Amino acid sequence: MSLAKRIIPCLDVTDGRVVKGVNFLELRDAGDPVEIAKRYDDQGADELTFLDITASSDNRGLILHIIEEVASQVFIPLTVGGGVREVEDVRRLLNAGADKVSINTSAVLNPQLVADAAARFGSQCIVVAIDAKQVGDHWEVFTHGGRKATGIDAVEWARKMEALGAGELLVTSMDRDGTKSGFNLPLNRAISDAVDVPIIASGGVGNLTHLVEGVQEGGADAVLAASIFHYGEFTVRQAKEFMRDHGIEVRL
Amino acid sequence: MIDIAVVDYGMGNLRSVSKALEHVAPGRRIVVTSDPHEIDAAERVVFPGQGAMPDCMRELDSRGLRQPVIKAAAGKPFLGICIGLQLLFEHSEEGDAAGLGILPGKVVRFEKSAMRDATGHKLKVPHMGWNQVYQTRAHPMWQNIADGERFYYVHSYYVVPQHPDIVAAYSEYPERFTSAVAKDNIFAVQFHPEKSQHAGLQLLSNFVHWNGRA
Repeated sequence: MSLAKRIIPCLDVTDGRVVKGVNFLELRDAGDPVEIAKRYDDQGADELTFLDITASSDNRGLILHIIEEVASQVFIPLTVGGGVREVEDVRRLLNAGADKVSINTSAVLNPQLVADAAARFGSQCIVVAIDAKQVGDHWEVFTHGGRKATGIDAVEWARKMEALGAGELLVTSMDRDGTKSGFNLPLNRAISDAVDVPIIASGGVGNLTHLVEGVQEGGADAVLAASIFHYGEFTVRQAKEFMRDHGIEVRL
Repeated sequence: MIDIAVVDYGMGNLRSVSKALEHVAPGRRIVVTSDPHEIDAAERVVFPGQGAMPDCMRELDSRGLRQPVIKAAAGKPFLGICIGLQLLFEHSEEGDAAGLGILPGKVVRFEKSAMRDATGHKLKVPHMGWNQVYQTRAHPMWQNIADGERFYYVHSYYVVPQHPDIVAAYSEYPERFTSAVAKDNIFAVQFHPEKSQHAGLQLLSNFVHWNGRA
C-alpha cells in the first residue's frame, strides 16, 4: 500500500458564509464554515480548501478569522485561495493557520508572485489554481472567476507554474463547474501528464463515479468537490468507500 | 517553566504545530521561540521546519540557534518534524547543504526515473498526502498508534541514515524510505503529525508524556 488519493471538500466562502453556485453564479447559502469544516473532518476529509469569493474588500478580513477558528479545531491540511495578490497576503493566510495558499488570477497578472511566494515560504504551500475552458481544440486559462479569457494555453501554463515553484495545481474546468456532469477528464489528463507535481481535479462532480473517473481517467492525485457534500447527498466517507470499492487507495 | 519550546527560525508556518500541541497539552506552557534561553529552559523541544534545507541552515545560524538546537538534541525530549528531521543529518542533496550533523547520514531526493507505481503510473513529487507508516521497532512514541497508520506528508527529499538501527519507521513511495528515526532522547519524523488528524495528535500527545528514553 502506498500514497492514498485525496478527497478535498471545497468551501466557497463569501461574507463569512459557505455558498455554492452554478458556473460561479446564482449563489446559495450552504452554512457556517467552521461547522462545515468540522463535519468534513469527522467524515474523514483528507484536506479542506476554502475559496474566499467575497466581492467587497471590506469583508476580506473575515476569512482570516474563519481560518484561525478552523485551524484550532481541525488538524488536517487547510488550503485557502481567493484574492491573493501579493506575498504579504500569503503570509497573512499562513499565519492565520492555512497550510497552503492558492493563487489564481494574480498568477496570470503577475507570475513572479508565484516564484516569490515559493521562494519565501516553500513550494509545499503554494498551489496555483488554473481555471480552464475549452476554446477550439485546446484549453485556455480564464481569470476573474471564469469571466476573462487570457489567450494562454492551459497545459503550457501548468508547466510554467511548476517551473516557477508551484507545489501543486488545482485544475478547474469552467465548462463543467457546478454542472454535475463530471470532471473534464482530457483536460486533467493532459495537465497531469505534463507536470510532475500533484494535480487536484475540480469542477463538475455530480456523483461518486465522477470522483473515480477523475483519478483513473483524469490522472488526478486528489479530487475536489463541493455541492455533493454540502447538501448532504453523500458524506466524504461514502465517497471514499465508493472509491475504495473501485480499486482506488484511500485513507479510511 | 516552559514545558515545550517550538524552535522558530523563520522557516514556515509554526502556527499549526503550536495549535496542535495546545490541543493535546491543555494547561502546558508552549512557546514558539527563537530565543536560545527559552530553548535551554524548556523541558522538551519541537524542531519543525519547511522550505529548502540551505535556507533553513542559513536562518538557523543567523539567529544563533545552531548550538541551542544541538544542545537540546543532546539531552531533552526532542521531536523533529519534516525539515526538522532532515536537518539533524550531515548532508543534503538539496542545494548541496551541510546539516547539523547530529545523526550520521544524508538527505536525498526522490529519484525521478524511479517514480512509477506497480502499474506503471507516474508518481508525483513532492510526495504529498496520506501514506502508511510502518513501525520497525517498539517505541513509547508509537503508543496507541497502529502499525501501518496513515500520516500526512509533503516533501521531495528523505533521510538515509548511516546506521539502520536508528530507523523507527518506513513508508513506501514507491521504494521504502525512512519516515521516522529514534535515538536516545531524539525522535524525528518526515510526516506532519500536526496535520495528521487523530493519529498525529496521538503522536504529539505521546511526545508530551515521553520521558525521553527509548
